[in-house]
Amino acid sequence: MQKESLKQQLQNLSSQISAMHLDHLERKWITISLLVIGFFVGIMTIDAFFHGINPPGKVETVDSASLHLSKEFAEENLGVQVDDQGNITVRMVAGRYSFFPKHISVPAETRLTFRWVSMDVLHGVHIPMTNMSTMIVPGYVAEITTTFPKPGEYPMLCNEYCGLGHNHMWSNISVIAKENWTTPAKLVSKGGPSHE
Amino acid sequence: MNDASERKLILSHFWVAFIAFVVACFMGEYQVLERSGFIAAWDSPSVYFASVSTHGVLMAFVLTTFFIMGFGYAIAASSLKQPLWNKPLAWLGFWMALIGVVLAAIPLLSGKASVLYTFYPPIVAHAAFYIGATLLVVGSWFWCVIMLVMFKQWKQANPGETMPLAMFATAMNALLWLWTSAGVAVEVLFQLIPLSLGWIDTIDPGLARTLFAWTLHPIVYFWLIPAYIAFYVFVPKQAGGYLFSDEMARLAFIVLAVFALPIGFHHLYMDPEQAKGWKFLHAIGTFVVALPTLVTGFTVIASLEIAGRLRGGKGMLGWVVCLPWTNTMVLAVILSLLMLIFGGFGGIVNASYAMNAMVHNTAWVPGHFHLIFAGTTVIMYLAIAYYVWPILVRKPLFSQPLAIVQLWTWFLGMTILTTPWHVLGLLGQPRRISTVVYNNLLTLAWKPYEFMMIFGGLILLGSAVLFIYILAKTQLSASAETVSVTIEFAEPLHAVESLPLWLNDFKLWNKVIAVLMAISFGYPILQFFFMDTSGSSPWGY
Ligand code: HEM
Ligand SMILES: [Cu+2]
Ligand SMILES: [Cu+2]
Repeated sequence: MQKESLKQQLQNLSSQISAMHLDHLERKWITISLLVIGFFVGIMTIDAFFHGINPPGKVETVDSASLHLSKEFAEENLGVQVDDQGNITVRMVAGRYSFFPKHISVPAETRLTFRWVSMDVLHGVHIPMTNMSTMIVPGYVAEITTTFPKPGEYPMLCNEYCGLGHNHMWSNISVIAKENWTTPAKLVSKGGPSHE
Repeated sequence: MNDASERKLILSHFWVAFIAFVVACFMGEYQVLERSGFIAAWDSPSVYFASVSTHGVLMAFVLTTFFIMGFGYAIAASSLKQPLWNKPLAWLGFWMALIGVVLAAIPLLSGKASVLYTFYPPIVAHAAFYIGATLLVVGSWFWCVIMLVMFKQWKQANPGETMPLAMFATAMNALLWLWTSAGVAVEVLFQLIPLSLGWIDTIDPGLARTLFAWTLHPIVYFWLIPAYIAFYVFVPKQAGGYLFSDEMARLAFIVLAVFALPIGFHHLYMDPEQAKGWKFLHAIGTFVVALPTLVTGFTVIASLEIAGRLRGGKGMLGWVVCLPWTNTMVLAVILSLLMLIFGGFGGIVNASYAMNAMVHNTAWVPGHFHLIFAGTTVIMYLAIAYYVWPILVRKPLFSQPLAIVQLWTWFLGMTILTTPWHVLGLLGQPRRISTVVYNNLLTLAWKPYEFMMIFGGLILLGSAVLFIYILAKTQLSASAETVSVTIEFAEPLHAVESLPLWLNDFKLWNKVIAVLMAISFGYPILQFFFMDTSGSSPWGY
């Protein structure tokens, strides 16, 4: 298509739009609607580009059928680990019908990186009243980063149907005041994350 | 619609839809009872999940598809004032879809397809379930073809004329459905059926979820469009006024259909297999698609105001009082809009991924879609049924006052059912659970809300039974007087003199859709063929 005709087409289109019968109230309402939508989109854009608020989505694959053979998600590497820089990573495996390890302790008001994998089917995990929520899709590592502001005992609930025992799928997490939290001893020296 | 065979075709579709509806309502009430733990003897995850799977399929796929097909035939025949094209093909589609439903019902009811209506693999159901679902969809494609052919034939026979709004929107919906169903069709044909029959050993659940997300958003607009059609073409007339703007209605339908398609990733916000950039893009599209709904709200309320003032309403809100509240269509639209306002608010929460993280897959989600789907959308299906039944069976409606009671109770029941459901979600209750066994204090707070839901469900169940009763009584009555009314379409306030081609045809929009879909789903689907993925083998449940 030549440039000329495209330009003409666009001009046609815009003259047709302006020829449409539009009531002045209707015009006002559409303007308000567009402003409201623009407002929401604006907030999301600013949050995404300046505050780093994004949905999870690392698109990292893993072989869910042989997690025990993988270095990172072998049983002894699960749970809370602190690397040399003091970054905390929590590695968890979901499988019908529990999350492993069954119980973990993490510090409050601290950035935590969760890495979730499934060993069988689709699961989801949510810690109620927090935004620690993600789908756990077999074949992928679900990584999310969050901070828990309030210490307390929280359940971790599976929130995607994964079979008839779905409602029995849950574990516990203790969020401990930052100053009382101690690094789980046996895990300190495991070194940096092996996935990178 | 003077032709008896056409009326029979339409009635057959409606009856399948509404029988599915009332059966599923019984299951819904069973579900709220079971999950509350109120009747200890009923506690059974296998029955519960067989029931939820069946309830979901009946409501989301059977009620909707059959209703939309029947409604489309009624609109085409009445608005174009011409006989339906190729009735044998329409019957073929009907039977194919019905056989599909029966085929899927067997494993569903015998607990061999408790995979829920979203059938997320690698949990795999009996192959008959997927094959049945496929037949249902293929049957509905015949309907799409008939709608689009009639659209085209009418245009050829009436060059330069304005396509009646009702048919414009119906044909747009047929086009939308062809695009929409492509995603799930590919998933079922290339992943689920082969996997369930053992032809392939593994599939990629990430790809399956991406393909399902292709379908999952626009399918709700496929369900919603008949309600919007009623808003635009029935309500103003029934209220005694005029449609505020015909052009704006067309524009709303176009934006709705075009932008409903490329935004399905808001169902994957919390998923690991798609990157955040794509989710952001789809999030923006999700907000854009709110625009036609806001415009629709404006047009409907403006049309109602015109009617109210013509009926003598004065002052700021006097016209509201003067509306014919005892007209089923008018009452339904008012209740529908009320539910849309609250449901739309919830929708904004879901669409904003930062807030969505708090409610994702909690009880909030079924609370939200019962309000907006079982509420806003279905109440218009009910009102449409009341409107067309006397036309289809040629007898007066059995009881107008009972129909009014039925609509009010549907609204009331839905409010009582969904308000606590939303609260439960905020209190962290996951969706799709058959009992509460978490040994945690938090769950104590859930109890009162679960009881409220039983009560709301009971009202809804009674309302659904009353609905069927009114329809059956109307049809079976020995009434001597024959009604020979036809469907009446609202006149626009300003007659449409000439329309630009792009408001009277889909060729341009079909191309726009193709481009938008290529942008928003092209790479996200292709990536699975370049990535080093390790598939999942099938699992039972
Ligand atoms: C008597 C009225 C109704 C009651 C009491 C009811 C109740 C329920 C319950 C308890 C669930 C299970 C939710 C869960 O386990 O998280 C459910 C699921 C569902 N309902 Fe209803 N419902 C009713 C009517 C409707 C209507 C009219 C529709 C739509 C037209 C509908 C559509 C659905 C769908 C699609 C699901 C599947 C959700 C899923 O798989 O997560 N329901 N309903
Ligand atoms: Cu699970
Ligand atoms: Cu959606």
